[in-house]
Amino acid sequence: MTAALPLVVGGPLLAAVLAVLVPGAMVRRVLALAVPAAVGAGGVALVAATRDGDVVATQVAGWLPGVAIAFAADTLSALMLVVSALLVLAATVFAVAAGEDDDPWFVPLVLMLSAGVYGAYLTADLFNLFVMIEIALLPSYVLLSRTGTPQAIRAGRLYLAVNLTASTILLAGVGLVYATAGTVNLAELAGAAAATPVAVATGVVVVALSVKAALVPVHGWLPATYPATSPAVTALFSGLLTKIGVYGLVRVLTVMVEPTAGLRLAVVAVMLATMVIGVLGALGEPTMRGVLAFHMVSQVGYILVGVVLAGAVGLSAVVFYLVHHTVVKTSLFLSVGVVEVRRRTGRIADLGGVATQHRWVALAFLLAAMSLVGLPPLSGFWAKLGVLRAGLLDGQVAVVVVALVVSVGTLMSMLKLGVGVFWGSPPPSGQATTDPADAPQPGGGRQAGPWSAALVLPGGVLALASLAVGLAPDWLLALSDAAGAALADPSAYVEAVLRP
Amino acid sequence: MTLAIAVGVLVAAGVFLLTRRGLLRLVLGFVLLGHAVNLVLLAAGGASRRDPALIGPELDLQAAADPLPQAFVLTAIVITFGVTVYLLGLIARSGPESTDASRPDASRDEQP
Repeated sequence: MTAALPLVVGGPLLAAVLAVLVPGAMVRRVLALAVPAAVGAGGVALVAATRDGDVVATQVAGWLPGVAIAFAADTLSALMLVVSALLVLAATVFAVAAGEDDDPWFVPLVLMLSAGVYGAYLTADLFNLFVMIEIALLPSYVLLSRTGTPQAIRAGRLYLAVNLTASTILLAGVGLVYATAGTVNLAELAGAAAATPVAVATGVVVVALSVKAALVPVHGWLPATYPATSPAVTALFSGLLTKIGVYGLVRVLTVMVEPTAGLRLAVVAVMLATMVIGVLGALGEPTMRGVLAFHMVSQVGYILVGVVLAGAVGLSAVVFYLVHHTVVKTSLFLSVGVVEVRRRTGRIADLGGVATQHRWVALAFLLAAMSLVGLPPLSGFWAKLGVLRAGLLDGQVAVVVVALVVSVGTLMSMLKLGVGVFWGSPPPSGQATTDPADAPQPGGGRQAGPWSAALVLPGGVLALASLAVGLAPDWLLALSDAAGAALADPSAYVEAVLRP
Repeated sequence: MTLAIAVGVLVAAGVFLLTRRGLLRLVLGFVLLGHAVNLVLLAAGGASRRDPALIGPELDLQAAADPLPQAFVLTAIVITFGVTVYLLGLIARSGPESTDASRPDASRDEQP
């Protein structure tokens, strides 16, 4: 088990090479579906192995601990591995059904991206985190601009510029951490930020990761770039790339930093601003994916506010919300993507009454939207309850009030989206405001064959998963509590990484 | 000291180029920023107080340069190289108008 951890990264990379070398769409499809499924199965085994607080760690190529690149999986890493494998699978099924894999480069790029994502969740080394983020980013640059519309190329340039800057800052930060602390191994850096020079270097790393996670005030790139590409690619990115930034922030803030009162205040202020600005931006967006992209910004505030609240309880809320949000957000993007692929437009003003023809998509959207808002009996209810509980336990009334108000805002914008697209009346024809260059879809999706029905499936399955967790949350709550306890006291992580 | 000054000059030049119009200047800006960060990594290894690595018949291992930051720099150079190749490919694909800095930025004329 431990020696197989690097395979989680090596396997998808090898599969990407195979997908390039071996001709035939069937081979690519088999690889694209089998590899995430295998990684997901491995992730489930890892969750089972780590649920009691054990940490599965290995030193790559057998070098000595402290010198080697270490891969370590605790409960949070294992959970994120399972969730991201599931999402890659769902987004790939959607992409195949939308006709994206007619391009022979799509599957290798997605496999490479997923390799970087899995590696980022498993690595115990800051520089390796940077490398894994780069491995995930390079295919994303290509995937974002692949559709070739002027909009996509413009968005691609912005995405490229922002992410290259953030990567440069991250690398500089890692270099500064090495200069001040003498190591980049996360286990050896435990608590290192107590010394001021290391704290400054950690601050640089945190800024870079915040850009990747799209926190306020560096969130602007997300709503400007994600809606400009194809729906399948947006759904793929939504569950993977920003979550690496969020995970990195959680890891750095829990292992390296002991929160002081000043840091707590700063983090809470940034997260509250993120929640508010995200939902305000969502209320004004004219496209479906623009609304959802702003919601991504807002929800990251919910996820990360628990990092500095109430110790293990807050961290448990962080983990639960992270898992819930990743699933629900991807489900929303997939459901909205069905509409966009079939109707060839993403503007809310040009859509309406879609539910008459796409009943199941409307239902999936309804479930996922209610989960995002936090209504019972869906997983979002338990997630928000966890955040509110952590805020109350820590005495931060502002967190509770803002969280509730922003939930109302989320409800309003989801209503606007749902009514405007699914349940309202169709717009009068001839009033279409769609610029033909704004429709990036390849061809309306596959219209025939077994894959045409598969367009609806991924979003629906994920929405049902949210419902299932909402009805029976105990297993996920228990796992989140275990993960939160492990994050609050990283000594097991440190010990597992450093033992020979 | 020279490393610090070099990093400062490179970062200043890189950020200046990043803010210019034209894709080629963006690429050059990132290349310079990448070089600057590589120098930061080298400095992180204590370049000012250590000898060059593995040079000379009498090798004092304690004073020889730290190999780990040099490994970091190698990795970073390779990554920057790959990204630069991709960026230059983008320029080649976009055609000459994207590198023309005298034309007004086309994106400003687009509808939101």
